[in-house]
Amino acid sequence: MTAEKHVLSILVDNKPGVLSRIAGLFSGRGYNIESLSVAETMDPLVSRVTLVTKADAPVIEQIEKQLNKLINVIKVHDFTGAEYVQREMVLIKVTAKPEHRAEILRMVDIFRCKVVDVGMEHYTIETTGDQGKINAILNLLKPIGIKEIVKTGIIALLRDQYTKK
Amino acid sequence: MKLTGAQILMKALKEEGVDTIFGYPGGAVLDIYDELSKTEMRHILVRHEQGAVHAADGYARAAGKTGVCLVTSGPGATNTVTGIASAYMDSIPIVIITGQVPTKLIGNDAFQEVDIVGITRPCTKHNYLVKNVANLATTIKEAFYIAGSGRPGPVLIDIPKDIVNDLAEYVSPEKVSLRSYNPTYNPNIKQINKVVKLIHKAVKPVIFAGGGIILSKAHAELTQFARKTRIPVTASLMGLGAFPASDPLWLGMIGMHGTYRSNMAIGECDLLIAVGVRFDDRVAGRTDTFASNAEIVHIDIDPTSIQKNISVSVPVVGDCKTTLEHLNKLIKKEDFGDIGQKCKGWLDKINEWKSTRPLAYTQSDIIKPQYVIDKLYELTKGKAIITTEVGQNQMWAAQYYHFDEPNHFITSGGLGCMGFGLPAAIGAQVACPDKIVVDVAGDGSIQMNIQEMATAVQYGLPINIVILNNQYLGMVRQWQELFYGKRYSSTSMEHAPDFVKLAEAYGAVGLRAVRPEEVEPVLSEGLSSPKTVIMEFVVAREESVYPMVPAGASITEMLLV
Ligand SMILES: Cc1ncc(C[n+]2csc(CCOP(=O)(O)OP(=O)(O)O)c2C)c(N)n1
Repeated sequence: MTAEKHVLSILVDNKPGVLSRIAGLFSGRGYNIESLSVAETMDPLVSRVTLVTKADAPVIEQIEKQLNKLINVIKVHDFTGAEYVQREMVLIKVTAKPEHRAEILRMVDIFRCKVVDVGMEHYTIETTGDQGKINAILNLLKPIGIKEIVKTGIIALLRDQYTKK
Repeated sequence: MKLTGAQILMKALKEEGVDTIFGYPGGAVLDIYDELSKTEMRHILVRHEQGAVHAADGYARAAGKTGVCLVTSGPGATNTVTGIASAYMDSIPIVIITGQVPTKLIGNDAFQEVDIVGITRPCTKHNYLVKNVANLATTIKEAFYIAGSGRPGPVLIDIPKDIVNDLAEYVSPEKVSLRSYNPTYNPNIKQINKVVKLIHKAVKPVIFAGGGIILSKAHAELTQFARKTRIPVTASLMGLGAFPASDPLWLGMIGMHGTYRSNMAIGECDLLIAVGVRFDDRVAGRTDTFASNAEIVHIDIDPTSIQKNISVSVPVVGDCKTTLEHLNKLIKKEDFGDIGQKCKGWLDKINEWKSTRPLAYTQSDIIKPQYVIDKLYELTKGKAIITTEVGQNQMWAAQYYHFDEPNHFITSGGLGCMGFGLPAAIGAQVACPDKIVVDVAGDGSIQMNIQEMATAVQYGLPINIVILNNQYLGMVRQWQELFYGKRYSSTSMEHAPDFVKLAEAYGAVGLRAVRPEEVEPVLSEGLSSPKTVIMEFVVAREESVYPMVPAGASITEMLLV
């Protein structure tokens, strides 16, 4: 059986310790977390956790069931196979020697990113998108010299269904 | 009128129907103990906090309701962890109340501070740190609801010292509703219909009963179901008593030390109806060969138990009792007239397995441990509540004592925790003062919580401790004999206290049997004593438990005597 990537969207009670229950479940049972992002939803009593993990079918079934079993978990939704939008934000600090500045700005333009900080030797670029786009810009900037990056982890929402089945 | 946190706690416990608490005081819970002394609540002072949790566990199982224990912060709380883990693995409803340092000191490494909520997160069904006295009553109500509903389990409430003294109105909801917690009690009817179809088709069916039957009080429903369909029944260690052992359909225990006919039946059956079990590795052995000729139906209230270790053809999420009620209703309408006929060959084969490979031992001039359990069964007419320690003693108790009723076999099944039996016996005896309670023990395990003798004596509990003294950590020795070329590394227990004198030192009665003919008189005398009794039986040193399925082997690959 092959391990597939799954994007899980988990609604939880917005209470202290809930995230550590989720993280503890993963570490205690030997599951892996590839990325994780959490914040309050429109309802301040509820938070949404977006968690990416890689697992084969029986394991993902256990992961979902075990998550559902946690008292503070309201709903678990596996987006895999469904239509969803996903975004990740990355801040990229790139070396900006005078001879490269124009090229960097051109790329920022093409990818519709933003320069959010300019220094004597660096630009910091903000970019959001799906992983394809982010990998593309990282690959293009790499030869110029990336000093540091930071990623938020994926957030995702289901697409609205226009066509009813 | 405003009440203090301590008063709220007592009131809330009373509303939950709690009349007995097992505990041990300390700085952080002084105010609670002060309040406790002003109530009718019975408090059993144990000698170690691990004992408090095991006692609450034994109480919960014998009484069929949620057990409660109360301990102080820091070391008091950490001492409970083994007991909590044991209750968690066996799905026993307990509420554990721990004291905590005052709110403003939390996180400052204060004296006797420990993050018990963090420590017990993986071994509780849920846990709470109460940060506002206004939430205390609701938290307690929720805790009892969570502990006792769905798949039961331990719930811990950590209460900081200042919260105990803060004032609040007593407000508690009529009914608990948690939007994130809704156990499924009612099974899906379509799935149930599939089960009925499979029963019609099967010619070699087996029912496999687990602790879930006992927890959901489905003993009568299971018995009715099996008798009506004439399907033979095996059970896990936790399921002993779920079906009457005196019934001709009873196969005996399944698993590593299961009976030959149970394990063979699993190997050959064409339909396995598993109810309230979780296919522990000690049950299933090699999972890819487990019941490999069978359609497997798995009924359990906890969806995580289903498809975890064994893949099944018909998963049914639901409460065991409710589901069996549904099944019984359905099969009532069906014609099962020929089912006995259809499965006759199967039942004959099972009986043949039983007669050719029964559980057996030969009593010689040294006391055999199995003989002690045999006699114990005879003398108590199978009516005693048996708790056990862990090891060979536990397995012999499971094999040679026969249980017709639920809640009579109390053992640490999932965690396999030595030191469980004596405190659990205390809890069971407190819950059932009119029953004979016996802790079947090994000489090793009994020394793990022997201090609870003092508790038993203090409260005048006539517990019977049967020590099968083989002067070894017997079960580990057995593995060393079989799999490590008899290299008995650190399993000899030659140095032990004189158990008779020890009993006397605690103010209990001490008896010893060294020869086979002394077994019965010692048991009779001990069982009829109104005091706490230790009965030590000096048994054959290198006796082993058989049948045995080596770890990782198929369940039908048994080592026989
Ligand atoms: C707390 C704990 N420590 C260690 C073990 C490992 N263990 C399992 S059985 C056993 C031997 C038990 O010896 P004894 O109590 O004398 O019982 P016997 O097997 O001889 O009946 C040991 C050490 C355990 N189950 N629990």
